[in-house]
Amino acid sequence: MNLSRRGLMAAAAAAPVLMRASEAMAQGVAPRRGGTLQMMLTPEPPVLQIGVNQQGPTLAAAPKMFQGLLSFSSTLEPLPLLAKSWTISPDGKEYVFRLQENVKWHDGQPFTAEDVVFSITKFHMELAPRARAIFQLIETCAATDPHTVRIVLKQPFQPFLLMFDATAAAIVPKHLFDGRDYRTAPAVQRPVGTGPFRFVEWQRGNFIRMDRFDDYWKPGQPYLDSIIYRIIPDSQSRRLALESGQVLLSQASDIEPFDIPALRQRPNLEVNTAGWEYFSPLSWMEINHRVAPLNDPRVRRAMSMAIDRNFIVNRLWFGVGKPATNPVASTTRFHDANAKIAAFNVRAANELLDAAGFARNAQGVRFTVKHIPLPYGEIWTRLSEYLRQAMRNVGIALELESTDAGSWARRVGNWEYETTINFVYQFGDPTLGVERTYVSTNIQRVTFTNTGGYANPQVDALFQQARNAAVAAERQRAFSEVQKILVEEVPQIWLMELAFPTIHDKKVRNVITTGLGVHTSFDDVFLAG
Amino acid sequence: MELSRLPGFLLRRGVKAAIVILAIVVCNFLLIHAAPGDPASVIAGQSGAADERFLAQLREQFGLDKPLHVQLWIYLKGVLTLDLGFSHRQQQPVWTLISERLPATLLLTGAAFAFAITAGVTLGTLAARRVGTWADSVITVIALTFYATPLFWVGLMLVLFFSVWLEWLPSFGMATVGVELHGIDAALDLGKHLLLPALTLGLFYLAVYARLTRATMLEVADQDFVKTARAKGVPEGQVVRRHVLRNALLPVITFAGIQAGQLIGGSILVETVFAWPGIGRLAFDALLARDYAVLLGVFFCTSVMVVAFNLATDLLYAVVDPRVEVQG
Repeated sequence: MNLSRRGLMAAAAAAPVLMRASEAMAQGVAPRRGGTLQMMLTPEPPVLQIGVNQQGPTLAAAPKMFQGLLSFSSTLEPLPLLAKSWTISPDGKEYVFRLQENVKWHDGQPFTAEDVVFSITKFHMELAPRARAIFQLIETCAATDPHTVRIVLKQPFQPFLLMFDATAAAIVPKHLFDGRDYRTAPAVQRPVGTGPFRFVEWQRGNFIRMDRFDDYWKPGQPYLDSIIYRIIPDSQSRRLALESGQVLLSQASDIEPFDIPALRQRPNLEVNTAGWEYFSPLSWMEINHRVAPLNDPRVRRAMSMAIDRNFIVNRLWFGVGKPATNPVASTTRFHDANAKIAAFNVRAANELLDAAGFARNAQGVRFTVKHIPLPYGEIWTRLSEYLRQAMRNVGIALELESTDAGSWARRVGNWEYETTINFVYQFGDPTLGVERTYVSTNIQRVTFTNTGGYANPQVDALFQQARNAAVAAERQRAFSEVQKILVEEVPQIWLMELAFPTIHDKKVRNVITTGLGVHTSFDDVFLAG
Repeated sequence: MELSRLPGFLLRRGVKAAIVILAIVVCNFLLIHAAPGDPASVIAGQSGAADERFLAQLREQFGLDKPLHVQLWIYLKGVLTLDLGFSHRQQQPVWTLISERLPATLLLTGAAFAFAITAGVTLGTLAARRVGTWADSVITVIALTFYATPLFWVGLMLVLFFSVWLEWLPSFGMATVGVELHGIDAALDLGKHLLLPALTLGLFYLAVYARLTRATMLEVADQDFVKTARAKGVPEGQVVRRHVLRNALLPVITFAGIQAGQLIGGSILVETVFAWPGIGRLAFDALLARDYAVLLGVFFCTSVMVVAFNLATDLLYAVVDPRVEVQG
């Protein structure tokens, strides 16, 4: 594997250009210059400087202005971006990136290896918790010449390349941030990147506008003259804006799932659920293991068997997404299709609970569990209502308590809940996005850690083994083993591999070309005449 | 009204108003901080990944690591020097955020207010003069319908009709984005965007004013001084205008005073449905994000408006009805 890596990288370097050109040809349309693409952004982000803010909407909008060293295909193969090629030493510890030349920042300054070193070792280390956890493995990171960066790791870390997408570690201009407070620097309000679109105007609550960057390093690109994000707070108004053609593209949670069937019927619109492979969000019913009897694996297994995941996918999400089968999404590396949670079976669930000694009272209730619906939109409330129904079938009374986003984050972060709903990005590799929920070393009073408090030394050891192994096959063995254990223990009750529809007018072309979907630069997107 | 008593009146009311506003500021501050969650945990919850250091950094930057009474004191000192603080979430001074959004809201609510009060009083007068006829019935039914229908639903139906079916008007936003418009074209464009939200917001208040005007006019019309006016041969039009309407207007003014006080904060629903970039949305988003400084700033502006309009209403009473005297 290691021997052929160099060759693979070179092939990968050529692939995207060919792929995109051929794609356009296949559709019989040559890319056309010009036009403004109006889209929506929900909810409005507080700032657009990626790194300072890592919210979903920022991750979608900012990559138009900022770029990473790499991007990733739908099968999570690395694609060149600011790095035109790279090599990895056979021991998996040394990474050398050759950078694109003739790249300029939006303010006209040249982009160099110093910017890359600054972004990795200072900017993201200081600001971004996710990058910090990984970049602390770096022993040295230096510019060996203006267009080469050499990184040496303290130990091999196989998923390392996945950290170089714009959404994980966008390259930011050293000359505008170094020596300042990164959060309050003026560039945070007027972002300056290397991307195909430069920041022009942001009328808060109204729109964000970016225009074509004429000195962009890919010749002839981007094709669009401008990109405008409209801020439309109401989901029905967003649907109307899309239907009436006032905006041409919707992404992420812009459109409520129950509106999708109607939009699929419209001849001018295309509904595409690809482009989330890098994030692969997985949703689950989050269990607080400190609350009895939820600490009993038989109870969690029975609860899991009481849930009809096909109903959730087909009736609540209208076919967008897939039923979850284990803690690793099927689009994430090292997913093991053989490790499967027990199938939907209400009778077996009831028998399991009977056998575990949880008898029903006169009202047919075995025990009562509190539940906080996820306050991120109507669809999540509906999901919790379904779960209440499903739990009632096995004699568990689920009591829903509504909150808003602020209280939810606080209560989950402080372990002040019994059950709730959560969904978490997996970032392509279980070490990056799955491990954090199950290892006992990550039990913290912060959201998106192991807030449930699940602890199993065997699981800890297997995740550690997979993290440290330099060879993919060895990691696969550890991950397969841990998936087998987790589907038996059901520390969290996985529900769905989420997908978000990207709905756009058919004249918008090349929208989803990678595993990052709408979270890319859009330098090859064009409006067909 | 005796003009000589006006300065003393204004002074006394001004002092009272300042005390009231200060009390409101303190109450708001304590109430907001009593809500579970803080801006740091919200940001952590939205970032998809966080660690303890991240939270600690944010709390320190936001000043949330200080005891509550110290935070309150810092905020009060700021307010007394008209400094509404800084939104660390959005990295902007609160006053900048509010002043960016204030004109949009004032335009929307002002237009709705003007529309509601002129059309409402006119329709109410018409209905009262033709009481019992079909015109009265039609006006009453219309008023009742808009009074009873939820605002957001009216808004969505107007959008469906005028934007989706007829394609006459845009369904959201405040201006066409992406094209350069100047002078008359820009004004027309703004007007087109303003029409539906102002109508939606105005229709509810129109219903209130129409019903109120009709009811009080009918009540006044039966009183002796109106009969006297008619008996001494005053023309009917003048009777309605000078005797009936003028007396019937007092409750309308009371209500208008209340509505005017809500000009800033009362349009959250309409701003949401029409994506109108106003202050109501700013407040709502700030609440969800626990952006304390912004929320307190909006509350402060709103309370100043309410107090100011109460004062203006009291003065207006005296103008409309000379029997009312200003008293502090």
